Amino acid sequence: MEMRDFVVRFAGEGGQGVVTSAEGLAQAATQVGYHALTFATFPSQILGGPTWTQARIAVDAILSPGDDVDVLVAFNKDAYDEHNSEVRDEGVIIFNSNEFQLEGDSRGFGLPFDELARSTGNNRAANMVIIGALAHLVDMPQRYLEEFVSKRFTRGRSGDEEIIRSNIEAMTLGRDHISESGLALGALAAPNPPDFAQIMLKGNEALALGALAGGLDFYVGYPISPATTILIYMERNLVGEGKFAHQVSSEIESITAILGAGFAGKKAMTATAGPGFSLMSEGLGLGWIAEIPLVVVDVQRGGPATGLPTKTEQSDLMACMFPAHGDVRMPVIAVGTVEECFYGAIKALTWSERYQGPVILMTEMSLAERVQNIAKPDLSQVEDRRRQVYEGTNGYHRYAGLELSPMPIPGNPGAYVANGSEHDDMGDTTHLASRHIQMTERRFGKLKLLEEDEYERDNVEESIAIMPWGGSKGPALEAYNQLKASGVPVGWYYTMYLNPLPPKLLEELKKKDLVIVPELNYQGQFASILRSQGVKAEAITQYTGLPFKVRDLVKRVTEVTEAVRKEAAGV
Amino acid sequence: MSKKNEEYDFKWCPGCGDFGVRRALEMAMIDRLEETGLPIENNVVVAGIGCSGNLVHLLEGSQPYGFHGIHGRSLPISLGVKMARPELNVVVVAGDGDFLSIGGEHIGPQAARNLNVCAVIMDNGVYGLTKGQSSPTTKLGEITSSTPFGKIESQLNPLELYLTLGVSFIASGFSGQVRPLAKLITQGMEHKGFSIVHVQSPCTTYNDTFELLKGNVQKGIEPGLWEVPEDHDTSDKGAAQQLLQQGGVPVGVLYDDTFRPSMDQQVEQMWARAEPKTVQELVDAFEF
Repeated sequence: MEMRDFVVRFAGEGGQGVVTSAEGLAQAATQVGYHALTFATFPSQILGGPTWTQARIAVDAILSPGDDVDVLVAFNKDAYDEHNSEVRDEGVIIFNSNEFQLEGDSRGFGLPFDELARSTGNNRAANMVIIGALAHLVDMPQRYLEEFVSKRFTRGRSGDEEIIRSNIEAMTLGRDHISESGLALGALAAPNPPDFAQIMLKGNEALALGALAGGLDFYVGYPISPATTILIYMERNLVGEGKFAHQVSSEIESITAILGAGFAGKKAMTATAGPGFSLMSEGLGLGWIAEIPLVVVDVQRGGPATGLPTKTEQSDLMACMFPAHGDVRMPVIAVGTVEECFYGAIKALTWSERYQGPVILMTEMSLAERVQNIAKPDLSQVEDRRRQVYEGTNGYHRYAGLELSPMPIPGNPGAYVANGSEHDDMGDTTHLASRHIQMTERRFGKLKLLEEDEYERDNVEESIAIMPWGGSKGPALEAYNQLKASGVPVGWYYTMYLNPLPPKLLEELKKKDLVIVPELNYQGQFASILRSQGVKAEAITQYTGLPFKVRDLVKRVTEVTEAVRKEAAGV
Repeated sequence: MSKKNEEYDFKWCPGCGDFGVRRALEMAMIDRLEETGLPIENNVVVAGIGCSGNLVHLLEGSQPYGFHGIHGRSLPISLGVKMARPELNVVVVAGDGDFLSIGGEHIGPQAARNLNVCAVIMDNGVYGLTKGQSSPTTKLGEITSSTPFGKIESQLNPLELYLTLGVSFIASGFSGQVRPLAKLITQGMEHKGFSIVHVQSPCTTYNDTFELLKGNVQKGIEPGLWEVPEDHDTSDKGAAQQLLQQGGVPVGVLYDDTFRPSMDQQVEQMWARAEPKTVQELVDAFEF
C-alpha cells in the first residue's frame, strides 16, 4: 500500500529523548524532501514527568499534527498505557524492551533502544535506532537516512567520522531488528521536494526571526512558558550597536520598558503568556492613550491564573483585544502557522509604527513548540517600515487634530510630554470634555490605518462558511478540504488580522447565514466578537488543552450545516 | 509647558515644596545645557503619578521631553528610554508613595543594573493628591485619613533602603534650599550609574514639616536638617550608614560609587563577546 503520510508519537518520561527523537525524525524526513510537522506537550517541571511529541511526515504540505497515530514509540510502560488507545488497529507500537515487556498486543514490537545504541559504541544513538526501525516500517530507503546522518554530523570536527559510522550502524540495527518481526505499515511514496530553499524551525523561533527581519531594535522579557524561548533567542541575537535585549524583573517592567523605548523612537517588543499579559494591562492602556508604538506577543497557554502552563488554548482573545480599562480596542494579529509566525511578527511591528500604538501579536503553545519546514524567507522582500518622524522645530503640538501626526524623537526638536492622563495637543493634562472627545476619536480613528485587503477565501458562494483563527487554522483547513471533497456545501475564510478585520472580509461575512468558528475556548470568543460586528457566527469549541482533531471538526461542521439546512427548509 | 497653558488646570498648593524642586531641576538642566552644549531636548523627564509627577508639566522656559506615565512605573519606563538611547539624559521625578510604595519593586533591579538615570524623589510623607493618606515615609502612629487610629507600619528610611539595595549615588536634599539642591541634582545627573536625590519636599496642606526641618528658635524646635560634614568620605558605604544613625535629615551627598560601570557601559562591553550576526546569517542557520 502506498502511503502519503504517517504519524509517529513518541511518549515517555521527560529527559528520555522523546522530543529529540521526534525532531530527529522530522529533520531526517525534511532532509530527503518530505514535509514534517511536530506537536509537543510537556509537563511543567524540569526533569521527568510524562511527555510526548508527535511527528507527522508527509509527501505533501502538512496542515495538522494528524488525528491517528500510525506508530507509537513508548519509552516506558506508562507511556504505553496512556497512548496505546490512540494507535490505529493496523498501527505499530515500538516499545523500549530495555524498560518493560509487553504481551497481548499484536501491534507491539520490543526494541532494546539503549542496548543497541551501546553496542555501536555511541550511547547517544538510541534515537537513531528508533529512526531506523521507523524507516523500515514505511519502507524508506536506507540511503536517505545515511544522507541525513552524514549531513547532520559533518561538523568539521575530528570525531565526525566515528559519530557518523555509529549512527548509521544504530539505524541499521533498528531496521534489521524490526524487519525480523514482519511488521510493516506500507510504502511511503517518494518525496516530492519543493524547488525552493527551505528552513526548518519552531514557531517561536520563526516569530523571533521575523521580528528581527522586521527591524526590531529593543526587546525585554521575563521568563514564562511558553514564551521564554523568544527571550532566549533575543538575548543571544538582538545585540550590537543600537540594539538591546534583556531579561527584566517582571512583566510590569517588560511593558513599561518597551513603552520607554517606543517613545524614544525604537521598534520595541516583548513576549509573554497569559499571566504576564494580565500584568501588562495598565501599561497597554498607557501605550494606547499616549500613542506609543510597541508590540506585545501573547503566547497563549491554557486557563486563567497559572492555569495549564504547558498546554495549548485560544482563550486570550478578549483579553488581548480589550486588555485595559477605559475605552480601548487593541489591534490584534493572530498567527496560525509557523510561516505566519515569521510574517505576522513583521506585520505587527509595521502596524505599531504605522498607527503609533500597541499591537498584540497572538500565538499559542502548539505553534510555539511546533517544528515545521517552511519556505526560506526572502529578506530582500521584507521591509523595515518605520513611523512618520517629526522633523520640525520646537513648540510642536504632537497630539493636535483627529489624524495621526508625525512623532518626535527625544534628542531632537519637538519636545512634548507623552501623557497617560487625558491631554491637550502638547501633551499637558486636561479634563475638558471637548479634549476627551477629540482624543478618544483620534485614537479610535487611527485604527482605520490598519485595514488590510488580503484574506483567504474559497467557495465564497456558499451561505455557510468556516472561519477559524490562530492555530486552529491547520486542522480546520484540513477538515474543510475533506468536507469540500465530499461535497458538503461550506465556504472558507481566514485572516490573521482579527482587529481590525479586513473590511471586505467583514462585508462578505455579514452576508452569510452562518459563520462557523472553530476555536479552543469555552465561550466562543471570536464568534462573539464577530457577532458584535453583525456577523451570524457560532463557535465550535474545545477546551482540552490540545488542538482540534480533523475528524472531530469534520463531524461537528457537518452536523451544524445539516441542522441549518433543515431549519431553512422548514423540516 | 513653556507658557501658561489655560487648559492645564492642575496647581500645587501655595507653599508646596515641589515648587523648589522644580526650580532646582530647571537650574540643573540649564547648567547642563551650558556645560555640555547639548540642547534641552536631550533631556527626558520621566514622571510618576501624584503631585510631584505634575512637575513635568510645570517646568518653565525651554522644554525637555517628558513622559508622564502610570503610577509607580517611572523607573522601568526610564530603563526603556535610557537603554534605547543612552546618549539622552534621563531624569525621573516621583513622590514617596509612587517611588517607595507601588514602585518600590523597581528600585532594587535598577540599582543592580546600575541604570544610568537620576531619580529626584519628592518626599512629603503623605499621599497628597488623593488627600492625605499614609505613605511609607509617614511616621509610625500618625493619624491620617487612611490611618484613623494611627499608622501601624513603621516609618521607612529611604536613604538606608537605597544604601542597602546598592544604589551607586545617594544624595539627600531639601526643597527650601534651591541652589544647593540644584547642585545635588547636577551631581546626580553627572554620575555614571543609578543616582537618587531624595528631597524633603513638604506638603503644606497635609503634612507641613517645614518647621520641623528648619527649626524654630522661638518655639525651641531644633532643625531636623543637618549638613553632611565636609570630611565625609562619599566612597565609604559604612561611613554613610554611620551618618544615617544620627537621625534627622542630612543634606548633601552620602554615597558615590565612581567605580562600578553603568548598565549602558556594561551592555556596550558585551557586544564584543556576543559577535552579532546579520539577520541573513540567522535565517541561513535554519536551512537544511
